[in-house]
Amino acid sequence: MKRAKVNQNVNLAEYHDVWIIGEQREGKIHPVTVELIGEGRKLADKIGKKVIAVVAGYDIEEEVKKLLHYGVDKIIYIQHPLLKEFSTDGYAIATSQLILERKPEIVLVGATSIGRDVGPRIAAQIGTGLVADCTSLDIDPEDGKILQTRPAFGGNLMATIICPKNRPQMSTVRPGVMQKASYIENPKGEIEIFEPNLEEKDIRVKLIDKIVADKKAVNLIDAKIIVSGGRGLKGAVGFETVRKLADKLGAEVGASRAAVDSGWIDHVHQVGQTGTTVRPEVYIACGISGAIQHLAGMSESKYIIAINKDPNAPIFKICNYGIVGDLYEVIPAMIEAIDKKIEFDF
Amino acid sequence: MNIIVCVKQVPNTNEVRINQETGTLIRDGVPSIINPDDRNALEEALALKDEHGGKVSVISMGPPQAKEALKEALAMGADEAVLVTDRAFGGSDTWATATILAAAVEKVGGYDLVFCGRQAIDGDTAQVGPEMAEFLDLPQVTYCKEIKVDGEKIIVNRFTETGDYILEVKPPVVFTAIKELNKPRYPSARGIFEVYDGPDQIKVYTLEDLDVDVTQIGLKGSPTNVYKSFVPVRSKNSEIIEGFNNKEKAATLVDKLCDLKLI
Ligand SMILES: Cc1cc2nc3c(=O)[nH]c(=O)nc-3n(C[C@H](O)[C@H](O)[C@H](O)COP(=O)(O)OP(=O)(O)OC[C@H]3O[C@@H](n4cnc5c(N)ncnc54)[C@H](O)[C@@H]3O)c2cc1C
Repeated sequence: MKRAKVNQNVNLAEYHDVWIIGEQREGKIHPVTVELIGEGRKLADKIGKKVIAVVAGYDIEEEVKKLLHYGVDKIIYIQHPLLKEFSTDGYAIATSQLILERKPEIVLVGATSIGRDVGPRIAAQIGTGLVADCTSLDIDPEDGKILQTRPAFGGNLMATIICPKNRPQMSTVRPGVMQKASYIENPKGEIEIFEPNLEEKDIRVKLIDKIVADKKAVNLIDAKIIVSGGRGLKGAVGFETVRKLADKLGAEVGASRAAVDSGWIDHVHQVGQTGTTVRPEVYIACGISGAIQHLAGMSESKYIIAINKDPNAPIFKICNYGIVGDLYEVIPAMIEAIDKKIEFDF
Repeated sequence: MNIIVCVKQVPNTNEVRINQETGTLIRDGVPSIINPDDRNALEEALALKDEHGGKVSVISMGPPQAKEALKEALAMGADEAVLVTDRAFGGSDTWATATILAAAVEKVGGYDLVFCGRQAIDGDTAQVGPEMAEFLDLPQVTYCKEIKVDGEKIIVNRFTETGDYILEVKPPVVFTAIKELNKPRYPSARGIFEVYDGPDQIKVYTLEDLDVDVTQIGLKGSPTNVYKSFVPVRSKNSEIIEGFNNKEKAATLVDKLCDLKLI
């Protein structure tokens, strides 16, 4: 096979529109798709281009059509029986064919474990650069190119990356960071079906089974309120205290890596650089110092509350409200105060 | 089973500090380590060799100091180590790095499996493994949690956020490892003795040794470039809640949250 090359003096003017590569799992649209549409719309408006959502799969047209309600100009549904289940080969080949044929200017992919698998494969097939796990995107007002910003060195440094000579400009975008597109009742966009050239032998890795994660899986990304615990809890029992407050507030429970590494709580609860990125309305950090890698996953929360007994803990620099004190006194007192409020309301 | 493992030497980002004025990394005194996920990749290769026989070759692209990482890999049990180094490789992005590594893998040759770590802690891109797999025209399985050889086939448990995929693939194939895959071994005493006291066993490949298109490598060949870098600013108007005791502070906080209709 002849591999693709970059820097082939492509005519940049031939490339149009902002594409977002939607993700579906088990026939359900993954929430990152709606975040990509929100961000894609922002960028497209700045350069006066269309937003096109591309979703691959089989037998999921009704589900795919739902994306019209998020204000895309068009959906291209890549449909093929061999795309019923995700495969790196199948999804990369099909998506690359479409990109090479239609020439989008910008392509956004969700930086999930699937997007980060297939994204680089697509970029390598079509011959363009790819910027991983972006947390902020913008358009350069000078020349309309996309500015892709991402953390490096564990969040110690931010880097803005460009892809000046190759098209499309491609990024994977960190889930949970971008503003979701809002729902509209009467959408105007259209849906087109694209049938890729795919053969059984193209798919070299076979899916034999799927182990579906626990249904009650923690959903940190969609939580309105998160109460997180760190090393300051001093033990697994501390999460019982944290959970009491969380239950009272209808919140999810989060954790720092130190708490996870200590074995007090499962990794799915971890917030931060190597955990989940969240942006809830309220984030309550209990016994968490505020290391840069933790902040990388929660600093976009609307209100940050810190409870820590060390007045110099860095978390106090980025919180909206802080309490300097022992969390084992503060949390029960908060629960008590909330109970009083509820009584009062009735 | 012959296995090639790609490892990267990285600064321990835990200890990286930033010069707030210049926005640059202070690398002085920061120890270099084998990238954690790559260590899991190496461990898996060594364990497969222990079980099924064969040879483990380790490749690292980087400056001459990256030899240290290769020495450690040899001391852990790798049979062969190759440093891929040349000024022309400097400034490579993931595209260019994958191009160079693919050429180095081809040059080593005779492999059944190629392993990478999922991602490196300095760049966190997770792109080099898949891009290299594409350039080698090989299938890939990323985020590997468990790998079992079953005759001709390999059965892999691949992580996703919504549950694992059990996959079947025939070599040759590229795998990327995550930390759940295994617990990396320490270098053996004998390994340390042989590597650090014995003759230098590390091979060096430079641009001349590799079949690469020079328009696809280094700073010039990289499709992506750094436009600017900066230190993240995170500051809010923090209010520390005062009070006579923790109970009073907690009550004040709850009042504030209620007033904001947050709870
Ligand atoms: C590559 C890399 C990736 C990482 N990714 C992540 C990540 O995704 N998420 C993450 O969280 N971390 C991550 N880390 C780790 C991070 O650097 C910190 O080590 C970690 O966040 C610290 O967790 P902590 O705040 O719970 O613990 P500590 O830093 O030990 O802080 C504990 C805090 O609890 C306070 N405390 C103690 N007792 C009490 C009490 N009784 N009442 C109130 N406060 C108390 C202390 O004052 C202290 O501030 C990563 C590190 C690296 C190198």
